[in-house]
Amino acid sequence: MVNLKELAKQESKISSGHRMCPGCGAAINARMFMMGTKHPVVVANATGCIEVSTTVYPYTSWKVPWIHNAFENAAATISGVVSAYDVLKRKGKIKKEIKFIAFGGDGGTYDIGLQSLSGAAERGHNFLYVCYNNEAYMNTGMQRSSATPYGASTKTDPLGNKRQGKQEFSKDLTKIMVAHNIPYVAQTSISHYNDLIEKATKAFEIKGPKFINSLSPCTAGWGIKENDSLKVARLAVETCFWPLYEVENGKYKISYDPGDKKKPVKEFLKVQKRFSHIINDKKAIKKIQENIDKNWQDLKKLEKCDF
Amino acid sequence: MPIGGIIIEPGNSKNYKTGSWRTFRPITDLKRCIHCMQCWVICPDDAIAVKNNKRIETDLDFCKGCGLCAEICPVKCIEMKKESEFNCNKKIKNKKM
Ligand code: SF4
Ligand code: SF4
Repeated sequence: MVNLKELAKQESKISSGHRMCPGCGAAINARMFMMGTKHPVVVANATGCIEVSTTVYPYTSWKVPWIHNAFENAAATISGVVSAYDVLKRKGKIKKEIKFIAFGGDGGTYDIGLQSLSGAAERGHNFLYVCYNNEAYMNTGMQRSSATPYGASTKTDPLGNKRQGKQEFSKDLTKIMVAHNIPYVAQTSISHYNDLIEKATKAFEIKGPKFINSLSPCTAGWGIKENDSLKVARLAVETCFWPLYEVENGKYKISYDPGDKKKPVKEFLKVQKRFSHIINDKKAIKKIQENIDKNWQDLKKLEKCDF
Repeated sequence: MPIGGIIIEPGNSKNYKTGSWRTFRPITDLKRCIHCMQCWVICPDDAIAVKNNKRIETDLDFCKGCGLCAEICPVKCIEMKKESEFNCNKKIKNKKM
């Protein structure tokens, strides 16, 4: 359990006055991840919601060194910074312990930035990559990404005669990162702040590349009320749509198992406008439920494996 | 403005008040508050002020009125009220940079 009173004593590394929407999950993610370490932090930020709304000229919300780069290369940028730091530290020019973090949305991570992330993970730089996953290109007006779930309607998956929303399941980036055999990979959600901050702290302390995929409700894109971000993220976890787990040196561990209380996915879908067209479509709901059940069972099996 | 248009003050978005976005205002009954800091941890806008381990008044200059603090509060001591119910004698104004 994290000690919130202790955390609240630290000065926040991101200041108020940013332009993220009221109730934005990305803003919560950014704040909470930065709470994970007491050391100085350097941030690289891929193009995305957090980047555009924390740095509306002539303002910045960052109180730490922050580098913006293009959509595709947050991981490459942070690799360079880490390498420079490693050299300076070896030469004794820097003594301080500094942590490095890259933030990217799902567009900048699942799609556009995947190659640079994969490269940085393979090279083994010492950094934490956080994907705040709001499941579409929200900052440019809600176009689909490869993180968008099956059935969701987006600007590029409108409701037509032939197709009703996205027809493909999202890709499993967390497992793709596990396949890089890096020391730490995890999935978390803003609804479980203990889980999120603990995972952030743990990741900051591990040497080598770390990747955390964090669910980030988007009020405008998901069609939810501003004060529902928490509730929807919690439902995602309780329905196992978004299971919380971590993989440390290849070993899977489920962080939260709802057990018999696992809710049907409909509970999660029905509170969001992006799924409103399929809520009475029994076939679509069944398909989504079956997919979730299978993934959940697979995850449980993986947890039992002794690699 | 400095040469090159660089921003020299870290976190200067503090000078940009977002409180005017609000349509609901969180009203906290501090007598019932147990200072668990859950509202502080969830607030996307860092608008919950904390002093000497105690949660104090919400910073209305920045609170966007999302209502997540009211949602997470375990003792339900935060109530969201329509902004129009308040006589706004203190207008939030942003300075020109
Ligand atoms: S209403 Fe939202 S922005 Fe305002 S204090 Fe509560 S959580 Fe923060
Ligand atoms: S969540 Fe409620 S009880 Fe906890 S500190 Fe905030 S106002 Fe007080």
